[in-house]
Amino acid sequence: MLPSGQRLREYDIAAVEREIEVAPGVFYPAWTYNGQVPGPTIRATEGDRIRIRFANRGSHMHTLHFHGIHGARQDGIPGTLEAAPGQTVTYEFDAKPFGCHLYHCHSLPFKRHLHKGLYGAFIVDPDPERHPEQVEVARSRVLGTPENQRWQELLMVMNGFDTNFDEENEVYAVNSIPHAYMKQPIRIERDRPVRIYLINVTEFDPINSFHLHANFFDYYDHGTTLTPTLRTVDTVMLCQGQRGIIECSFADFEPGLYMFHAHQAEFAELGWMSAFEVVA
Amino acid sequence: MKWRWILPPVLLAGLIALLLSINPAQLLNLNAPPLESLTVERTVLNHDGMTLQVRAEGSEPMKIAQVQVDGAYWEFDQQPPGAIRRLATATVQIPYPWVEGEAHHVVFLTNTGVTIDHLIEVALPTPGFSLSTLLGYGWLGLYVGLVPVSLGMLCYPYLKVLRQRGLMFMLTLTLGMLAFLLVDTLQEGLELATEAAIAFQGQALVWLAATVAFLALLAVGRRRGKSPEGTALSTYMALGIGLHNLGEGLAIGTAFALGEIALGSFLVVGFTLHNLTEGLGIVAPLLKYKLRWTTFLSLAALAGLPAVVGIWVGAFAFSPHWAALFLGIGAGAILQVIVEVGTYLQRRLSQPDGSELSSLGIAGFTIGLMVMYGTAFLVKF
Repeated sequence: MLPSGQRLREYDIAAVEREIEVAPGVFYPAWTYNGQVPGPTIRATEGDRIRIRFANRGSHMHTLHFHGIHGARQDGIPGTLEAAPGQTVTYEFDAKPFGCHLYHCHSLPFKRHLHKGLYGAFIVDPDPERHPEQVEVARSRVLGTPENQRWQELLMVMNGFDTNFDEENEVYAVNSIPHAYMKQPIRIERDRPVRIYLINVTEFDPINSFHLHANFFDYYDHGTTLTPTLRTVDTVMLCQGQRGIIECSFADFEPGLYMFHAHQAEFAELGWMSAFEVVA
Repeated sequence: MKWRWILPPVLLAGLIALLLSINPAQLLNLNAPPLESLTVERTVLNHDGMTLQVRAEGSEPMKIAQVQVDGAYWEFDQQPPGAIRRLATATVQIPYPWVEGEAHHVVFLTNTGVTIDHLIEVALPTPGFSLSTLLGYGWLGLYVGLVPVSLGMLCYPYLKVLRQRGLMFMLTLTLGMLAFLLVDTLQEGLELATEAAIAFQGQALVWLAATVAFLALLAVGRRRGKSPEGTALSTYMALGIGLHNLGEGLAIGTAFALGEIALGSFLVVGFTLHNLTEGLGIVAPLLKYKLRWTTFLSLAALAGLPAVVGIWVGAFAFSPHWAALFLGIGAGAILQVIVEVGTYLQRRLSQPDGSELSSLGIAGFTIGLMVMYGTAFLVKF
């Protein structure tokens, strides 16, 4: 807690060059935050103060650029809080607006710094006190509250890897590993609702999409509203950097496998293919 | 009488003046834009970014207005600045933070909007020119050139004990090896020619250089009225093989500088075996003669040292049109040696015991080809 009563959340993030296995036997020389792609998820409540010590342990310039509301001096672009190799810089700003956001590196060449793996989720939960007319809904989004624990929350970062550097992705996935959730479906208890934080960081292809089988869902574009921006759809389309929150329910559904994937068949067959295993 | 002599040059001058003053394409109402073309002859990657040496070959001076790297516009510095005249070169420096081991795509955008692509397949730091890199590449050249050729030539005593039939066999074996080297050198030259600026007509350059070199060497070799034998024949052979090794060196040097090969010990062993056989060929015409050490050394140097030069040029100052020219000369030199060794063999075969040697000769020739082809497996990349 800060003297002002504001909650302070501190993080240490390092840019690290690391070879990751993006498909069985396929190794990719990634640039990562803390050795993982996507990077660590930063989750806060609306109004919290975020402080991040960012160490660059790579061999190129790197930044943290947050999609959020902050001053120009915290923007994390070339020349502003850009860390040279071996350097550490500190970012400090308030978490707002609430929603499903992302952060990524903004150093040049921009495209390469993104598709090499420098991105992660930045999720800001709404502060129920600031939304008196929708307290219940807001509370269900705040991590750790009893209302929130009822939900089965998932983070899905739609990404791809250009393993031969021809500006075309060889593999697509959510959370980096193609077909991972097809081979090991995600277990879903049918009586608890499902909330998916969906973020598109795919490079080269202008759009990516999410399609759910045998069910429909509500969608909150950018997650910045407490009422859905799209109701009863089974497919959403996201441009590069776009994200949102999906809420659905399998209550009373027949147990079994329910697929979800990009509805670009090309992406699906190159790895962005997954399934829920709904259990009673 | 005199006007007949003056008329042709006067008419030619008049015609050129006429064509320059009225554009013949205008008569056809054709108004095509000027042709624009650019060839990247050399790429240097270091901590300042990338430096490309380009040669313009547009029909008119052309301007590089913008440069893209990996689909993004970058600042660049061109020296000398401004329009690049046809066949002139310029250096373009781009402060791009290239990534080691990855591919980069460079696009030049001219002032008329034409794009010219250049792909850097694997980005690796270009070796800087220093005494240590010079020595390092020099050693490499000795390993793949001089050392194996000398080793092959040192087999001289083994060959010396051969009798008439064995000698014939060795010479036809040499002929087979040379035939392989001829094809290989031509192929290498024609391949490099495609990388040269179009105006240099690289492929024609290879064939023309080969023809002229062949005829010149043949004339020089036979200036005393008969084809060379013994030391003279060996010298021509060493020259031809030396020029081939220059090409081999160029290929290694450029591939190394561009990061296209990792020259592991396997490849060095491959070159040693491949070029060892070349040494055998050089001493084959000398078997009937007494060989002096100085002759031996100078032949080894003539055949082996060009590999060092080739690697240096390939790594530090490569231009595809010069490489194509040298490989063309090399092919001509090898052809001359083939003709001379063939002539020598023909003379031997026309002697009384000649006919029984012909099948042996075919066997030798075939085995020579196969040995070269087989050992080339180890060094082709």
